[in-house]
Amino acid sequence: MAQRQTSGWGLYPRIAAEVDPVRFPEDLVALVRRQMPLLAQGNCRSYGDGCLAPRVASFLPLNHLLAFDAERGVVHAEAGITLDKLLRFIVPRGWFLPVTPGTKFPTLGGCIAADVHGKNHHREGTFGNYVEALDMVLADGTLLTCSQTEHRDLFEATVGGMGLTGFIYAARLRLRPIRSAYIVLRSLRTESFAETCRVFAETHDQYPYSVAWVDCLARGAHLGRSIVMLGEHEAADAAAPEGSLRVHARGALDIPCYLPAWTLNPLTVRAFNAAYYRRHWRRDARARVHYDPFFYPLDIVTNWNRIYGRSGFLQYQFVVPFRDGEAVMAEVLARIAARGTASFLAVLKTMGPQSGGMLSFPLPGYTLALDISRRDAGIVAFLRELNGIVAASGGRNYLAKDTILERAQFEPMYPRLDEFRAAKRRYDPHCLFRSLQSDRLGLT
Amino acid sequence: MRPRAVILGAKSAIAHALAEELAEAHGYDLVLAARRSQQLRPLAADLTLRAGVRVGLLEYDALDLAAAPGLAARIRGETGDFELVVQVFGYLGDQARAEQDDGELLRILNTNYTAAAVALNDLARYLAGRGAPGGIIGIGSVAGDRGRRSNYVYGAAKGALALYLQGLRNRLADRGVHVLTVKPGFVDTPMTAGLQGLFLVAPPARVARDIVRAYQRRRDVVYTPWFWRYIMLLIRAIPESRFKHLRL
Repeated sequence: MAQRQTSGWGLYPRIAAEVDPVRFPEDLVALVRRQMPLLAQGNCRSYGDGCLAPRVASFLPLNHLLAFDAERGVVHAEAGITLDKLLRFIVPRGWFLPVTPGTKFPTLGGCIAADVHGKNHHREGTFGNYVEALDMVLADGTLLTCSQTEHRDLFEATVGGMGLTGFIYAARLRLRPIRSAYIVLRSLRTESFAETCRVFAETHDQYPYSVAWVDCLARGAHLGRSIVMLGEHEAADAAAPEGSLRVHARGALDIPCYLPAWTLNPLTVRAFNAAYYRRHWRRDARARVHYDPFFYPLDIVTNWNRIYGRSGFLQYQFVVPFRDGEAVMAEVLARIAARGTASFLAVLKTMGPQSGGMLSFPLPGYTLALDISRRDAGIVAFLRELNGIVAASGGRNYLAKDTILERAQFEPMYPRLDEFRAAKRRYDPHCLFRSLQSDRLGLT
Repeated sequence: MRPRAVILGAKSAIAHALAEELAEAHGYDLVLAARRSQQLRPLAADLTLRAGVRVGLLEYDALDLAAAPGLAARIRGETGDFELVVQVFGYLGDQARAEQDDGELLRILNTNYTAAAVALNDLARYLAGRGAPGGIIGIGSVAGDRGRRSNYVYGAAKGALALYLQGLRNRLADRGVHVLTVKPGFVDTPMTAGLQGLFLVAPPARVARDIVRAYQRRRDVVYTPWFWRYIMLLIRAIPESRFKHLRL
């Protein structure tokens, strides 16, 4: 066992933790038998403190494919496998992840624990929708397989449950068939937030993938101007039916050290945002792109989180219901623009129906995700103000990206919280599984 | 037909990385030999699915010295012929304890040297008489290049293993069996987890890549990562009269 400095992808908070690498499923049983608080940790791609605890079991060595049903497209794998490794296996065989987050470096277990979503949430729902079964090691050392039909309460508490119900040793995931590794992309430039919303509404049924990059620093009439990106998997490439299932390459760039404080400031970010917006000089452009730049644009820069410097950054994502959604979102965007808060990435998307997990984030509405440097003094207070607006509209914050939510704000956001607490009491009565976040939110 | 490699001590992190490298990058079928080898079923399934190779598991206890003479026959009986042997098992042990406790001393010496020597004795006999090209890769250590107070028991065993491999190389050179001695520096594995004063720690995958590349180029001794050759050159150059007073 070794003491290591650990942090989420936002590099804040950073804590020293006892890290136990788990090599075999038996190790998981041995760990829980010690009856000391602990948490499963994957590749630390969630942003905040949901993946942190003073004692963690590192799942990175548990990264094996166990079985693959080529007929049905179902893969059975250990929870520590990264999406990167999964993609290298499934893409050449004509399959793709049914739902994918914006990076391919989280683990399978992490994607289930956060019940991640992707650009296709409005049509296909969350990652958890495609999980057929979970092989778990519970707090008392029991091995149990749960699914929508078996031990359903455990399954629904675990999908989106931030690792608090037990160890996910392995999972069966239903994949999506593809004929090509390429995406047919359409980019639309909009001049205002209202127009962005209209584009989302009009294209909702046409494209499985949609997302908008928002220029958060544009004000007034241009508030909420965006580049809306719509995509679908390319149908079979007649010319090169084999060659078109090309797997992604390794990241080309690295940020080898923390960048100094001045690199990201409102001026440089404003210039970047304006340039990015202008680059899309056509109002409606079409292109054919590989899945790698389409889904994982930032993965090309290894350690991109270091551009925010040693102090790290906050990622902030919330969703507000469609009812009043446009007005609430406009209000939030106006506040962000007025504050001049530098955000490289502001990503807007519509979400579809709520799904399985008791603590799953998505609900039908608009979701916005922002990266904000922690050097911005007073940012926490500002974001908590936004939390208030989000909560009042019936929206909620995303736990996988949260570092600042307060218990009183959190509880009303998640209506199935009582069900979750009941499952937690049932499967982990002594709160063996806990994180800094679960302690902060009063879940443990 | 694909070549087959036997990995002795297949549970370590370096062995795991070597198995991936041999199967994925070079298409070897594998025999993974270890105690409680059934625990390696996920790794075997993974390599079979991804690389399309065959992976056999062999129950093997390196410290059961009496069983060593039948090793080659047992491997061939349970899985088939093989051409490459990778001896990976080892035991770092606790130097301070070994100074007080002969049990620990013997365990370090036996695991790292005696057990390796008896296993390779049997496997070398088989490979030498097989009438086809083959190879043996033995994992020594930079610790075997000079005795230091902090780990000379482990170092002595690994140093002895390096001498043994050197002689074996000499003996087998004309029989078409190549012997590679590997001297890893610090590798990021459970063996080194939590140790103080580590530097330049290398990931196992990199070490595995270096090892297989060196084997394919028919190198005799390889340091991995490469800079350890020069670090050890410097350390060996310190006169003994000075070295004996150093705290390294």
